[in-house]
Amino acid sequence: MKRLLVLLFAFLTVTASFASETAEGGKFEPGPLIQHHIADDYKWEFAHGVDLYLPVILFDNGSLNVFSSKNFYNENHEVVPYNGYVMSHGHIYRADAAGNASEDKAGLYDISITKNVASLFISVALLFLIFMTVAGRYKKSAGKAPSGIQSFFEPIIIFVRDEIAKANIGPKYERYMPYLLTVFFFIWFNNLLGLMPGGANLTGNIAVTLVLAVLTLLITVFSGTKSYWGHIFATPGVPRWLAPIMIPVELIGILTKPFSLMVRLFANITAGHIIILSLFSLIFIFESMAVAPLSVAFAIFMFFLELFVALLQAYIFTLLSAMYFGGAVEEHDHVDDMGHGDGVHH
Amino acid sequence: MDLVTPGFGLIFWQAVTFLIVLFLLSKFAWKPIMNALSEREASIENALSAAEKAKLEIQGLKAENEKLLAEARLERDRILKEASDAGNALIETARNKANEEGTRMVQQARESIENEKRAAIAEVKNMAAALSIDIAERILRKELADPSAQQTLAQDYISAVTLN
Repeated sequence: MKRLLVLLFAFLTVTASFASETAEGGKFEPGPLIQHHIADDYKWEFAHGVDLYLPVILFDNGSLNVFSSKNFYNENHEVVPYNGYVMSHGHIYRADAAGNASEDKAGLYDISITKNVASLFISVALLFLIFMTVAGRYKKSAGKAPSGIQSFFEPIIIFVRDEIAKANIGPKYERYMPYLLTVFFFIWFNNLLGLMPGGANLTGNIAVTLVLAVLTLLITVFSGTKSYWGHIFATPGVPRWLAPIMIPVELIGILTKPFSLMVRLFANITAGHIIILSLFSLIFIFESMAVAPLSVAFAIFMFFLELFVALLQAYIFTLLSAMYFGGAVEEHDHVDDMGHGDGVHH
Repeated sequence: MDLVTPGFGLIFWQAVTFLIVLFLLSKFAWKPIMNALSEREASIENALSAAEKAKLEIQGLKAENEKLLAEARLERDRILKEASDAGNALIETARNKANEEGTRMVQQARESIENEKRAAIAEVKNMAAALSIDIAERILRKELADPSAQQTLAQDYISAVTLN
């Protein structure tokens, strides 16, 4: 209960930071505000005026440039070119003679520690801290009943093992456990961190979900058994002359599965952020305190929903990954199973 | 459009970081945790099956005891029955023997009484004969004191004897 209250309090401070933003900006525009909050950035804005400038790392045709993103701002918080680069619409470009963004991006790779990358590092540190502690507890009190943080995470780990991995992959589940557990806790932790005030929208960023989905795809493809590929290139029970249609369809199927994983996580988390931000924006759109109680009530409701969604999306991503792995390692040795997995299994 | 365009930097960091996390957590967290969990589950499984086995053993022992008890009860009943049978038989034979003995003794007594009676009767007869002879002698002596009487008697005898 105490933790919930802390969360709630922390959440309300987000509102406070919105309030100060509109005070000086004149007409309130919810669109850019929301876009700004869900997008990546080169600085971490904890509250209005409290910024942490993050390092910019540019890999430009073999030479490495590292400098603080503070250099892109002058004392009036206006964007200025620095060192031949310029920041425009949240991206870094080469600056042309006039100090404007140049179209020429060849050989310029931006691997800056952005807000999302910093948040990624924090979440990873948190993951290490928590699960090394948990693992330590298992070593220290081997064979004893779990206690403390260990007893909080143990049921979740067992749930992932029994209900997700064992249920969908079958007897070969063990080698997928590290990936499934890592992906589950990674997504869950980052979803929750994204809900923190000032938190980055990491799992709502398509680059992050893309990497996770590609990993699931790679693991699926590389653990595909002979019968898995057999079902793709020569689906049993389908006439041979349909192969020119079936093979492309099956190949597209391989790609659509991780694609849906990528979009589902990205869209769910981003949508949650947008809804909460929109509800708060209503107060400033109507410019009335009378809307505030309603907005806040709805936003709190949405926040709790998002806490649930944070867990749910982690579960869904892990579950679907496990199902794809299960499909790849499954041994189809039944003629009556027409590739739909609805035949008799033993 | 920016929202659905994955940025290179984040892809790079996410891939690198996630793979490192995956490797380190697998090695230092998931492996020991999964091992500890399966070990614990195995030990719980063992304990449960051992308990089940012990339960079965106890049940077996109980059944054994019950069987032994039932057997003992049967044995006892059998022994009791045998004993009572033996007792009854003993009593029966004793009774028969006693009856026989009694009958025999009665018979013996009867026989000895009969013998005694016979002896007594014989003695009485002898005594009666002796007495009769004695009396007859005395009477004769007295009667025949007078020679006429002797004569008369002799006459009588002679008359009684008819010569053929």
